[in-house]
Amino acid sequence: MKNKFSLFVVVIFLSFCFVVFYKGLNTPNNYTPKVNEKKNIPTFKAKDFDSNNYINSDKIFEENIFYIVNIWASWCVPCRTEHPLLMQLSKNELVKLIGLNYRDNFKNAKKFIDDFGNPYSRILIDKDGTLGVEFGAYGVPETFLIDKNKDIIKKFAGPINQEIVNEIKLIIK
Amino acid sequence: MKVLKIFIILFLVTSFSELKSDEANNVLKNKILKNIRCLICQGQSVYDSESEFASSIKLIVDRKINEGLKEKQIYQFLREKYGDWIIYEPQINKNTYILWLLPLLLFLLGGAIIQKKLKLKN
Repeated sequence: MKNKFSLFVVVIFLSFCFVVFYKGLNTPNNYTPKVNEKKNIPTFKAKDFDSNNYINSDKIFEENIFYIVNIWASWCVPCRTEHPLLMQLSKNELVKLIGLNYRDNFKNAKKFIDDFGNPYSRILIDKDGTLGVEFGAYGVPETFLIDKNKDIIKKFAGPINQEIVNEIKLIIK
Repeated sequence: MKVLKIFIILFLVTSFSELKSDEANNVLKNKILKNIRCLICQGQSVYDSESEFASSIKLIVDRKINEGLKEKQIYQFLREKYGDWIIYEPQINKNTYILWLLPLLLFLLGGAIIQKKLKLKN
């Protein structure tokens, strides 16, 4: 009886270990951002790309519409692939695009905008990447959808594609 | 002369204490950075990494320390931005109870078994 009980405990313990390790092996060990977590937009002060003046975040998001914050840089190749889609989104009157120029050189960034067009209603300068951290970004490009309550409702890491644009259009409708 | 001496001593004391506080801030900064995971690196802390993400986090931590935030408040700030994964040391919450309590339970169970065996032997 005692031996049977010990065997039972050992089997239970080994099964538990097996389940834990099996689940652990199936879970990726790299960071996967939560894309649907609702968060308030951070409060910050940033330099405006055109005027070079500092501006408060509450002034940037003051209208009662949806906003898209897109982190981009002239040196970022995937940013070029998503740029036509941002131009497409900028034509939509229900949303305003805010660009966050990430760790870039002003001259190169200006050339990028001149060459490919400006989809942004305002561009902010993030010279050292700390503004990106305030948004919870970890790279470039990254796009955030902000609703009328000034909550970040969606986060898209990497370049956006037509599917994402359609999803955004559906949400802001 | 006496006044000059007092001034020199006061100057030395204040500059020394400033150096000490800088040193303390550096120690705290390094401690925090070693406990933050670089999210875009493979198995590296922010302290060890030279990536753009890590250098931005280093600047943020430095800024927060200068603003007077405590170690726990800085971890909380980063958790709010990136989730629990960014900190190496997991917090005790409903998802990590087993992680924290299982070693203790196994230790107690082992102790109980040894005690029982010893009693039987005696």
